Amino acid sequence: MNNHPVYTDNDPQKETITLNLGPTHPATHGVFQNVLELDGERIVSGVSTIGYIHRAFEKIAEHRPFYQITPLTDRLNYCSSPINNMGWHMTVEKLLNIQTPKRVDYLRVIIMELSRISDHLICNGILGVDTGAFTGFLYLMEEREHIYEIFEEVCGARLTTNIGRIGGFERDFNDIAFAKIRQFLVKFPPILKEFETLFNRNRIFIERTSGVGAVTAETALNYSWSGPILRATGVDYDVRANEPYASYQDFDFDIPVGTTGDVYDRYIVRNEEMWQSLRIIEQAMQKLEKEPKGVFHADVPEFYLPAKESVYNNMEALIYHFKIVMGEIDTPKTEVYHAVEGGNGELGFYLVNDGGRSPYRLHFRRPSFINYQMYAPMSSGMLLSDAIINMSSLNVIAGELDA
Amino acid sequence: MGTLSNQVVVQKLTARFADKISVPTEPFGLLTFETNTETIAEVLRFLKEDKELQFNYLTDITGIHYPEQELAIGVIYHLHSLSTNVRIRIKVFLSVANPSIPTATTLWEGANWMERETYDFFGVQFEGHPNLCRILNVDDMTVFPMRKEYPLEDPNRVDKKDLFFGR
Repeated sequence: MNNHPVYTDNDPQKETITLNLGPTHPATHGVFQNVLELDGERIVSGVSTIGYIHRAFEKIAEHRPFYQITPLTDRLNYCSSPINNMGWHMTVEKLLNIQTPKRVDYLRVIIMELSRISDHLICNGILGVDTGAFTGFLYLMEEREHIYEIFEEVCGARLTTNIGRIGGFERDFNDIAFAKIRQFLVKFPPILKEFETLFNRNRIFIERTSGVGAVTAETALNYSWSGPILRATGVDYDVRANEPYASYQDFDFDIPVGTTGDVYDRYIVRNEEMWQSLRIIEQAMQKLEKEPKGVFHADVPEFYLPAKESVYNNMEALIYHFKIVMGEIDTPKTEVYHAVEGGNGELGFYLVNDGGRSPYRLHFRRPSFINYQMYAPMSSGMLLSDAIINMSSLNVIAGELDA
Repeated sequence: MGTLSNQVVVQKLTARFADKISVPTEPFGLLTFETNTETIAEVLRFLKEDKELQFNYLTDITGIHYPEQELAIGVIYHLHSLSTNVRIRIKVFLSVANPSIPTATTLWEGANWMERETYDFFGVQFEGHPNLCRILNVDDMTVFPMRKEYPLEDPNRVDKKDLFFGR
């Protein structure tokens, strides 16, 4: 990769400094360790060490029934847990051939787009912090709080949401949730606008970010990048458009792409995606009005847990409840790959089923893991301070990196 | 789904590789076939570089373990042709005694960590990989934990035995 001579630490000829960046450095926003070889402020080479919060989710998933795997997916990209949850639910629905009603799809789209916004808010806010502007981050934090309040209203949790179930949601959205979504749609755009006004044409910000970590489309594809960072290089690959899931084909939205693939482009792409997410949510709210009220799950009693009161009062519900909980349901012996567009890119679930209660094998195609492997090679030749903002603009989430 | 139909892909593959690849199946529309460790490098190169197919995007590499099979360790590739929007899945099965397969890092840089992860969990030896070492597990681990012979270490839970999971 690089041909600089390697000397041991005590060798008098050694001119570079070995710097251990991480795993708990505040500038790395998570447990990432990079052992960097520095020539002055310039990085000569780097080695990434990952796995600090590896929790063996794939192994655990082999010992859990399908519905108990949802909480594991929460802990992948914990900045946008609902996308992971629903990605997993849709994988199982694909396996079991469950068709969800349109209303469920639209409700899912609302939640997924809200999570995408909250994911991008963090990334762009933190990028501001790393370039020396704390203000924008605090502006956005308040809005993320409002998104979490919506999640709380829908499922009771905020960060690790465990939202929904296989087949739909565990309960219908209440009026407060809808009111909060509507309020968010009114209140958020001016704040995002203000954030953009602070940053987009801010000279300090542009000089810190533009040209940093520029990646060509060929290199990005060669490294299997996906998500906003791939789109910033000019490739218009978005799973929502390429393989629409949850009725994304019903929505009218643009896929923003960049040109140079540098940190500034990634920032712009993420901001623009937030606007597009808002567009999608608005359309979904309009579409919901035409859908029959009160439908919040598919009508699949074999797979969808019945309401608790009917379990106590109704024989069929009791039987289904027992069968679902004890894993007596028949599942096809086949394999399925389902991908959703997560906050960081293509989040794939490869599920091999042998008809048992739990997956025979479940593999998560985690965008952070695959995106991050280019970090050390691309850091060579960069200034240390540039490498820091490059990392925050990759938006690598430790939970998703290590699974 | 895509603009390229699976039949075209199958035709081109069988024309090129004949009996070196298995009869393709299409679970949920995703073209799936098996090949062997001698042919895999050539198959990947063909899929990537063919002008019509253009499977230029490596989505994923992962492993699987079927202890009852003679060739127990599987390596599974997911490729994606972004220009035609078609996915394909390729499987190669290896013996536990000699789980070695040529690396895909010569075609995609991105294969590097995916192969390291597969090595880490299944012990697949990717021949020609520039740095095949553990990635998520600790360096001094001696086993390949995703193989089926290693149970979850949870002696307090008796309800998690395989018996209760339908196998």
